[in-house]
Amino acid sequence: MAVQKDKAAIREMIARRAEQEIKSGYYVNLGIGMPTMVANYIQPDKEVVLQSENGLLGIGRSPYEHEVDPDLINAGKETVTASVGAAYCDSAESFAMIRGEHLDLAILGGMEVAENGDLANWMIPGKMIKGMGGAMDIVHGSKKVVIIMDHVNKHGDPKILKECKLPLTGKGVVDRIITDRAVMDVTDEGLKLVEIAEGWTVDEIKEQTEAELIISDELLKMPSSK
Amino acid sequence: MKQIYSSFHEAVKDIKDHSTIMVGGFGLVGIPENLILALVESNVKHLTVISNNCGVDDWGLGLLLKNKQIDKMIGSYVGENKEFERQVLAGELEVELTPQGTLAEKIRAGGAGIPAFYTPAGVGTPIAEGKEVRTFNGKEYLLQEGLTADFSLVRAFRGDRHGNLVYNKTARNFNPMMAAAGAVTIAEVEELVEPGELEADAIHTPGIYVQGLIEGQQEKRIERYTVKAEA
Repeated sequence: MAVQKDKAAIREMIARRAEQEIKSGYYVNLGIGMPTMVANYIQPDKEVVLQSENGLLGIGRSPYEHEVDPDLINAGKETVTASVGAAYCDSAESFAMIRGEHLDLAILGGMEVAENGDLANWMIPGKMIKGMGGAMDIVHGSKKVVIIMDHVNKHGDPKILKECKLPLTGKGVVDRIITDRAVMDVTDEGLKLVEIAEGWTVDEIKEQTEAELIISDELLKMPSSK
Repeated sequence: MKQIYSSFHEAVKDIKDHSTIMVGGFGLVGIPENLILALVESNVKHLTVISNNCGVDDWGLGLLLKNKQIDKMIGSYVGENKEFERQVLAGELEVELTPQGTLAEKIRAGGAGIPAFYTPAGVGTPIAEGKEVRTFNGKEYLLQEGLTADFSLVRAFRGDRHGNLVYNKTARNFNPMMAAAGAVTIAEVEELVEPGELEADAIHTPGIYVQGLIEGQQEKRIERYTVKAEA
């Protein structure tokens, strides 16, 4: 068993690995929560435009106190700045960009992912429904959808399943899953383990994954948090 | 020339019980603050409200909710509001959750005379229940119907007496589509200007969609104040 890292270190490790999905020149939508953190690790040599579905193409850094503009927020409702060369638009146009597959990449959180790429990340039956926000549109709009999440839930049960138990956000929409323990790709043959984190064995990952895993011939080590 | 209201009370006086209203904004950004306050005061009941969110407990549409003026809410995310949860669980409030992009497009379509359209969002999910699914080029899509309203309440940065509107930054959000989708659209503007003062090439909502305007000072409450520490 790998040494248990603290939660913040695990989130940072996942976010840093997710950053590697972003190529220079990409238009990217980052979901609310851990995906938003990915922005903190974007390498300065990459030219990336972050899209916020509330109508901002070009999210900048957080504002200094004197720069705060209450009319300028991201989709997580946090105050932000606009990057140099940013553009504002209305919500219909913003989702036209998304639905029209103009985004290169979306990085979102997940509760469950199935081996065929089904995603559940918006509701738990019996708990108050908050709403799906833009997630159902975003999973259909990006050229690539990457889900970042813990490999297992807080009870240690798998979150990567043969079939999702929770109501879906989208059917067959996920391309890649990045967890604290592995990177997996949804392929025509099935779910393929392509990277494994330091300290874990393939057998352990198989045990913690309900979905059938195909092991890549070129299995790589996941970069550690350092 | 459009009607320029002298009070917010006057601006909302035609909104009666059982009206369907659209209210602009994303979170608390771009909401017509004073029109909402006037609606609370008017005490109209049994409203169907179409808005991306439903305010917070003590501001925006949350005030209408608290005053039990809303029968039905159509939006995409309502998780910021405890009273909302209570009313839904108590069966006092009907809620129709719609994916955000679908909601935006339903409103756009409604204002543009398009009765329905196909979109991939929601295929294979609970929101597809009872909806027509059709395959185009091997991909499945859901049929979604356009939305219109009896009244649309929008918030703009500047507006002129012809009803032309300009929004500020991300306060634009749902406001332009709602302006077009309301049978009567009332615009609350931060600054009312004379025709010609807004550059014709930079107008976001052409005046044809707007029936009345009123100038109002905004509090602009911030939901998640996030700053970078000064170096």
